[in-house]
Amino acid sequence: MIGRPHATSEWQAANGPPLPASGERVGVRGHFADCCALDVRHTNQAELNLLQDQTTSRMKPAIALEGISKSFPGVKALSDVSLSLYPGSVTALVGENGAGKSTLVKILTGIYQPDGGSIRVADTETTFPTALSAARAGVTAIHQETVLFDELSVAENIFLGHAPRNRFGLIDWKKLNADARALLHRAGADFDPTIRLRDLGIAKKHLVAIARALSVDARVVIMDEPTAALSHKEIHELYALVERLKADGKAILFISHKFDEIFRIADRYTVFRDGTMVGEGMIADVAQDDLVRMMVGRAVGSVYPKKDVVIGEPVLTVSGYRHPTEFEDINFELRRGEILGFYGLVGAGRSEFMQSLIGITRPSAGAIRLDGEILVIRSPSEAIRSGIVYVPEERGRQGAIIGLPIFQNVTLPSLSRTSRSGFLKLANEFALAREYTSRLDLRAASLDQDVGTLSGGNQQKVVIAKWLATKPKVIILDEPTKGIDIGSKAAVHAFMSELAAQGLSVIMVSSEIPEIMGMSDRVIVMREGRIAGRFERNELTAEKLVRAAAGITEAA
Amino acid sequence: MAETHLSPRNIPDRLEGRSARLLKSWESLLLVVACLIFLGNSFASPYFLDPWNLSDATFNFTEKAMIAFAMALVIISGEIDLSVASIIALASTAMGYAVQLGFDTPALVVVGLSVGLLCGIVNGLLITGLGLPSIVVTIGTMSLFRGLSFIILGDQAFTGYPDSFSWFGQGYVWWVFSFEFTLFVALAIVYGVVLHKTNFGRAVYAIGNNQTAALFSGIRVGRVKFTLFLLTGLMAGLASICLTSRLGSTRPSIALGWELEVVTMVVLGGVSILGGSGTIPGVVLAALIMGMVTFGFGLLNVPGIVMSIFIGLLLISVIALPILWRRARRRLAH
Repeated sequence: MIGRPHATSEWQAANGPPLPASGERVGVRGHFADCCALDVRHTNQAELNLLQDQTTSRMKPAIALEGISKSFPGVKALSDVSLSLYPGSVTALVGENGAGKSTLVKILTGIYQPDGGSIRVADTETTFPTALSAARAGVTAIHQETVLFDELSVAENIFLGHAPRNRFGLIDWKKLNADARALLHRAGADFDPTIRLRDLGIAKKHLVAIARALSVDARVVIMDEPTAALSHKEIHELYALVERLKADGKAILFISHKFDEIFRIADRYTVFRDGTMVGEGMIADVAQDDLVRMMVGRAVGSVYPKKDVVIGEPVLTVSGYRHPTEFEDINFELRRGEILGFYGLVGAGRSEFMQSLIGITRPSAGAIRLDGEILVIRSPSEAIRSGIVYVPEERGRQGAIIGLPIFQNVTLPSLSRTSRSGFLKLANEFALAREYTSRLDLRAASLDQDVGTLSGGNQQKVVIAKWLATKPKVIILDEPTKGIDIGSKAAVHAFMSELAAQGLSVIMVSSEIPEIMGMSDRVIVMREGRIAGRFERNELTAEKLVRAAAGITEAA
Repeated sequence: MAETHLSPRNIPDRLEGRSARLLKSWESLLLVVACLIFLGNSFASPYFLDPWNLSDATFNFTEKAMIAFAMALVIISGEIDLSVASIIALASTAMGYAVQLGFDTPALVVVGLSVGLLCGIVNGLLITGLGLPSIVVTIGTMSLFRGLSFIILGDQAFTGYPDSFSWFGQGYVWWVFSFEFTLFVALAIVYGVVLHKTNFGRAVYAIGNNQTAALFSGIRVGRVKFTLFLLTGLMAGLASICLTSRLGSTRPSIALGWELEVVTMVVLGGVSILGGSGTIPGVVLAALIMGMVTFGFGLLNVPGIVMSIFIGLLLISVIALPILWRRARRRLAH
């Protein structure tokens, strides 16, 4: 969902007349404001739900998807999915990573075309062949990283492409800023619309995005994990804003992994699993446990090639690791031959912690012991020398060096071994690269080929080969199978299992429950920078993991 | 599992032989161009083929090429150093000042090299220490270093360099081979080996292609970059010694605008201005081409302003040509 052209000027330009003056809007907004928004503060939740239920049941959906299917080569991303979004109602879309949520959002916003099924907007069947047509139909999306322009003012961002003009055809700045101020006010923000966007925090940028959505008269607002990057206070501001959008009669699709916020602001829910819709209904009628069960309800672990390994003595001990902003109080032990899974939601601080282990970021306190000896690691090169390596999550940015051939990628951290007194020995490099790439079953035409010409899965194999070639004692794999095809996934899993059997200690960071449950001997769950749970393989259940990661107490 | 029914594949090291790769390279195109210009020059002027004339011609590029070698490494690593010509001026001014204080030739060489090194350290600290973008830092130090020489010199010139000092810019090692040309060849070999045959050179390529991944791979990115700026400073100091010795005097406008010619030379040599690729042999060929063209124009009595137009056109076309060349190669590959 990156780089959606919804912020470009052309669709705004095509999107009809400029914004009516704020005063004209009051009438449109009146009905909902009367029935919901103003009452929110005075009504208790049950009454509100009742009210909402009545509202939606007599209401026609703002947009309805029926029988939507979408396949990609080798993957059925969505099969026969239906979803209706009602005006003045928040629908939560829940599901694991890979359940098809993003695909659905891309269909809703005209980026993907469904293979089958229909889209109805206000009772008329329609299609969204382009992002522009979805935008014209009043569908707008607010992402984690909202697509706005940092160097423009807030007002310019709101009205980009449909700014009010004066009689000379030039931008009417006075009106622009006044209208922007009115829209911001409606979005619940009272900052100056002339300030530059880059000077705002992420939460205020969300408000600008919402004011923009109001300015083009969006009917459907999609919020894709809008709280992932927000602080506690900002999240509460966002809740208030969602209430206001509801009051304005927008149909809202709210995608989140966090159960507390779903139960707090959603009216309806839809659960996706493996590309199908497995449940929907009113939030008031469902318990958290039911949602969790629907999300993960399947047998996991059977397809994973986890070998039984005799777990040896502790290799790595981490104690009291903390960082001023990212994580706190991390203590654990990693044993020889063990695969230790780290589960958690995006932003739980897992990658940040792992990167501090290899010297990319510095912890403010804490100690590491490797094979019983205290270790201070200040840089990745020291980590490599002591035998701790990290296969990063962002393959393109932190892992593969696109532009260098495969063999040079593989040997880069091992050059001190393949070279002689600082001079390269190409024969040694090719030998090392051949050894490790063949063990990972790399598919490539030659080792001299630019790594950028490989598929994502094969690039990942090169990156893993690069780290294994350093002969580490501990290997940390951060989302090792994210975004790669099923075949490469299986190869990576099989290889991971084989490594552990050979006595390597593995830390695997993953947000995919089946992978965590299928591969780990033990699992540590992190939430908001702290360890929120530890589980042995025999006591692992998907429910426990999700509860610990989302912060739901056992009693709930 | 894929592995159970598939035997590990044998991936060949390379698909093409050495000669095939050489034939398709930018360097071989440069070599053809260099030969054509050589032929053109020898037809255009009967004096061109005289060994002493050719030897004279080398002075057109040797000093710039010394800096270009170090600059090639800087640009491959994804940075740039635009302060080199001003470092020449400052180092030359310092040497002129040292002459007034009665320093002798060996001491002058030390002064020239140290000033170059010091300027490189300033650049390096600002760029790697504070994490500032090199293009901004070196535009700043470009003004700063030359401004210092203007303040010290005003509108006068330092002269009176000792006779022995003139050897660096005017002396010959053997027959027609000048000290400068010999130094050029030696430095070409040193830089070629460093960039293409050592771990350090590999690190430079890795940083230029993906700095973050290079850091994650255990490369000390800051240290490598600092060394590179140190080297351009040192090379500018060395070039300053040669140039000052050749001219026999120092003016604050010495080597004005050279940074652009050096960058042109590097880019013409096939080094990507975006970093990540390029070779020293390419830069050597580019230096020869630029030197021969300048000399050819001189033989034909082409006025200086035409030279400047030519350099401008060359700069634009060498940035466009490698891109077109790569596109053509890609089409050939498919």
